[in-house]
Amino acid sequence: MARSVKKGPYVFHKLMKKVEKARANKKKTVIKTWSRSSMIIPDMVGQTIAVHNGKTFVPVFITENMVGHKLGEFSPTRTFKGHSGNRK
Amino acid sequence: MARISGVDLPRNKRGVIGLTYIFGIGKSSAQSILDKAGIPADLKVQDWTDDNILDITRIIQADYLVEGELRSERQMDIKRLMDIGCYRGIRHRKGLPLRGQRTRTNARTRKGRKKTVANKKKATK
Repeated sequence: MARSVKKGPYVFHKLMKKVEKARANKKKTVIKTWSRSSMIIPDMVGQTIAVHNGKTFVPVFITENMVGHKLGEFSPTRTFKGHSGNRK
Repeated sequence: MARISGVDLPRNKRGVIGLTYIFGIGKSSAQSILDKAGIPADLKVQDWTDDNILDITRIIQADYLVEGELRSERQMDIKRLMDIGCYRGIRHRKGLPLRGQRTRTNARTRKGRKKTVANKKKATK
């Protein structure tokens, strides 16, 4: 079920603070976060956010197209490279 | 012969059903189109007058996205997912189901016909 509009998009508050700070400083620092369920909001566009995938932080450069998706969608948690016999 | 938005011409079917031969129009939108045009839903396609056809064409062009345009829009949506590299895009690239279905078995719609892997000879006991 979709989230109610009244609440607005979910962004982890500590991440929100970091994003605002980075925007104020006009610096392009990589923001580390574990909050995979946070929505990507327009404020994040142009920044690089390193999203934890359970093991490492995957740097994600946020573009305009990504707004509305969740951060976790860009940081895959599984590595499957194919079966041994599979060529191609 | 009714030819609406491209290549579609089913005859001797009821109007509502006939319209569903257009990609992008299902039963409910077919019904609402006919309602708007003021044509009874039970009227066969071959019994439509030229005016009826004109009305329907106009309504579809104004309010509905059909056939090629709809297909290309769908392709663009998929392409966007693939370009931004999100989970659903990756699944599209790999030709696997997007919505968390199991892939150990089934998922044949996405994966295509079964590719049998030569399995190891069963050890005779």
